[in-house]
Parts: sequence; C-alpha cells; structure tokens
Amino acid sequence: MIRCENLSKSFRRARVLDGINLDIALGERIALIGSNGAGKTTLIRCLLGEYVHEGKVTIDGHAPRSDRTAVLGKIGFVPQLPPPLKMPVGQLIEFSAALSGADHAQIDAIADRLGLPVDSIRARPFNRLSGGMKQKLLIAIALGRNAKLLIMDEPAANLDPAARKIFFELLAERQHEATMIISSHRIDEVAALVNRVIEMDMGKIVLDDKVADDVSLAGVFACRLVVRREDAALAKTLASWKFTSDAAGLVWNGEVAGPDRLRFLGMLSRYVALLADLNLAEKVGAGETAR
Amino acid sequence: MKQLWLTARLDIVESLRARWFLIYSGVFGGIVALLFLFGLTESRVLGFIGLSRLLVTYIQLTMAILPIFVLITTVRSVAGDREAGVFEYLLSLPVGLAAWFWGKILGRYLVIFAPVFLAMLAAVGIAMVKEIEIPWDMFGYYTALLAAMAACFLGLGMLISAIARSTDMAQGAAFLTWLILLLFIDLILLGVLIQGRVSPEVAIGIALANPLQVFRTAALALFDPQLIVLGPAAYVILDTFGATGYKLFALAYPTALGLLAAGLGYFIFRRGDLP
Repeated sequence: MIRCENLSKSFRRARVLDGINLDIALGERIALIGSNGAGKTTLIRCLLGEYVHEGKVTIDGHAPRSDRTAVLGKIGFVPQLPPPLKMPVGQLIEFSAALSGADHAQIDAIADRLGLPVDSIRARPFNRLSGGMKQKLLIAIALGRNAKLLIMDEPAANLDPAARKIFFELLAERQHEATMIISSHRIDEVAALVNRVIEMDMGKIVLDDKVADDVSLAGVFACRLVVRREDAALAKTLASWKFTSDAAGLVWNGEVAGPDRLRFLGMLSRYVALLADLNLAEKVGAGETAR
Repeated sequence: MKQLWLTARLDIVESLRARWFLIYSGVFGGIVALLFLFGLTESRVLGFIGLSRLLVTYIQLTMAILPIFVLITTVRSVAGDREAGVFEYLLSLPVGLAAWFWGKILGRYLVIFAPVFLAMLAAVGIAMVKEIEIPWDMFGYYTALLAAMAACFLGLGMLISAIARSTDMAQGAAFLTWLILLLFIDLILLGVLIQGRVSPEVAIGIALANPLQVFRTAALALFDPQLIVLGPAAYVILDTFGATGYKLFALAYPTALGLLAAGLGYFIFRRGDLP
C-alpha cells in the first residue's frame, strides 16, 4: 500500500531522511519509534505530501504530492500537537467532513464513544478545549472517515484510561481494512497496538521487525487486586481506571484493555508495597476468562 | 470550487475570532466616528466641504494605515499558522493546494475589505440621517480604490508569507516593504529631484510604480485640479494620462500588482515545503 524508494529529505545542510526504503502492506499496524530528531515527523509529512523530497513515495500507486486529493482522501491523520484553531468545534467537523466526503454524524458518533459529547461543545472554539478533548476530537475526525491509512502521532498520550480502551476498540474495528502508522518516542507506549516496529535514528531505519500479536486490540483483561491497607492516592488512580472496591477499600475489581496492560502494570509498580495479591485474566468470551 | 469556498469560509471564521481583526475594525470604525465627532463635515479646506471633506480625510488616513496593517496581519497569521502546526493539520485533509491558497486569499480579502468599506458606508448612513449631501461619485470611486488597495497589499502579504519561513522574518520583510514604498512617495521624490540626483523620468517612473503614490494621487487628483497638494511627479502623471485615464490606471495597476504578487506567492508555495 505504501512504498518509499530511496526517500531522502534535507533542510539546508542537515539530512533528516537518508535513503529510506520501505514497503507497508494493507492491514499492517506500524509503530514508528525513535528519539527526537530521528526523522519520524519528516517521514510522516512526506507521506502526507507536505514536504518535497528526493526519491519516490507512493500510496496505492499515487504520489501524495501530485495527487493530493486522491491520496489524502484515504488518509486519517492525528497530529501530536493539536493545531491552535480558533474555529468552533462544529465548523471543524463540518470542514473536515465536507473535504473528505465523510458524514459528520459518524464523526460525532465516534467522539461520543470516546466520551466527548459533541453537541455540548459544538459552539466552543477548538483552542479552548482541554488537551484530552482536542485529542479525542482529532481522533474522531480521523476515524470518522473511511480512511485506508491512519497516521497517528502519539494519539493516546492525552487520553484517560476509559477513552484509551474505547480508542483501542475503535482501532480493532478498523484493523483489517486499514493500515496504521503510530508514531511514538517510546516502544512501550505503542507495543501492544502494533504488529510491526520500525525504529528510526538519524534519518535511517535502524530496526524493522514483526511483533507477536497475541492480544487483540479489542482484548480485555479482568483484574482483581487486593491491597494491604487503604491508600488515597492508589484509590484515586484505580478509580480513574474505573475500578470499584469493596466496602473496606481493600479488594478492587475492574477491567483493563489488552493493549493498555503494560501501562496498567507500570502504574501499579508505583504502589507495589501496598499490593497483597494481583490477578489479571484475559476475557476470551462473554463471561469466560482464561488465566 | 467547493474546496475554495470551504477554505475561504474557514479563513473568515478564523479571522473574525482573531484579536487583530477587532483592532483593525475598531481603528476604521473609530476614524469615521472621530471625524464626525470633530465636525469635519462642517469644515472647509481646499474646496472640500460636507461629506466629501470627510471622505477625503478618511481615504488619506486609510492609505496610511491599511497597507501596513494588511501586510503585517497577513504575514503574521499565515506564517504564524504555519509555525503553530495549523498548516500541518489542515493540509493533511484532502484539499488542493490551489483551492487552499486562493481560498485563503479570498477569505482574507473579504475580511480586510469589509471593515474599511463598512466604516465608509456608515459615514454615508450618518450623513443621510443628518441630511448632508452625499457625493455618490466620490463614494463609488473610493470604494473601488479601497478594493484595489486591499487586493494590492494582500497580494504582497501573501507573497512575503510564501517566501519567509518564520513569523519574525515575515514581519520584518513586510515592514521593510512598507517602508520602501513610503520612502518613494511623491513628496520625498521631490526632495531628490530638487537635489538633481535623479532625472524627472526616473522620478515619475518610480511614482507610477509605487502603489502608495498611485493611491495618493488618485484620491486627491479628482478634487484638486490645481494640484496644489500634489507633488511634481503626480502633476506630470496626471498631465500625461488625463484625469479619467489616471483614475482607471489607479484601479487597474495596483490590482494587477497584487494579483501578480499573489500568483508568484502561489507558485513558491506550491513548489516548496508546506508546513
């Protein structure tokens, strides 16, 4: 679906992309990782036809620069930093939907699923929304179209656990019909979302590897925690993951999205001294669990 | 066409919510209000009386303010949007580059022309209420002159925005452009001529090429047949073109210059990096 042949890009004397050769097929979910200045954003901008470059980039056989409308009509993009747009939310949705030929009701519906009721913020300027709300809206705009390629730059960074879970479900619904490129500084943030990792450094691809894909994007883990004593900070954190406790506040139950389990365990590691027991079991069917 | 109009609408909405637009509208509305407040319609200078006196003063002030305002706000918002990541996001949507660039110009044009025109229209409205005679010919020509002025400096602003890669550089270039045009208006050329440093043909050529001077001459020429307030270059120009010829030139040349600058800006924008 995507082909880069000897793709290079320089800014004055600095070579930011250096002879990238890459083939990405439909249905692949790519983690594009690397430190700052590795060339991730430049590569994304070349794919979006925003930069002129040496070499060749094609998406479904079309060059994103010369066939902009045809190529970008198939791409849903979520930037790392939301643009400081002053236009009202409703107009941003209408503008994006009108250009992409999408139904804005579908964008509204996805935003609703992510916990962002568009009707209540339709008249509010986009730049007045919170970081999480902006992120949800940009995700809804990207996923609300029939995009065959989703390019997302740290898409879940500002989302709360509940919204992350829905976000993973939304990606799971699209995984067979769309290619996904998810950019991040860190592999652990996106590892569970992808089936291929491409690491960049100094404008080159230094690692291109497949990832074991055992847990589905829509997978859910049932979790039971026992703590030695009540702790306000832990209780607050678990509540943000939608966990509920018994009357004594010692036994907690909840669900963790499959792709979020590493992040959940990372969070728990801060409270390891308080934990008496931890049980995490993947739910494989309705009401059925497997350890 | 749909993409062009969508982009124009987007720019209009963004501009209407921007602080610069409030200041811009406030300045031109305020000028008209102040001119009425100071009783300019009752005063008589160089044969101008009533609303014509007010309109002449208004167009003179507009000529001083509008170019620098349009240049600075255009380059600030366009280059600022690029720096802030607005281009990165909006140009990832399936919009053609021509529709984006010209749509932005169309939206911005309406936004910068509307306040100056509406302020003048308000002056006419007040004059009607006060039963002051309205010089419709003058009003019509000044409207056209404002439209040409807005097109000219918007085009130059878009060209600077396409060339400059940062807001600071764009602002500096816009200010320098305005300063150069200001340095080559008629009255300053007069000083150079007196010192005998340039030939009259060169001075007249510069005055004809300078849109600021073209507006200045056109605005005054119609109502000052003795050319008391005009400089020597304007005198020769009017003598050569005739009043009607110059009126048409003053509309056509700046508009063409603005379109040419915008066209060049589009060419540079299209062949370079977008964000």
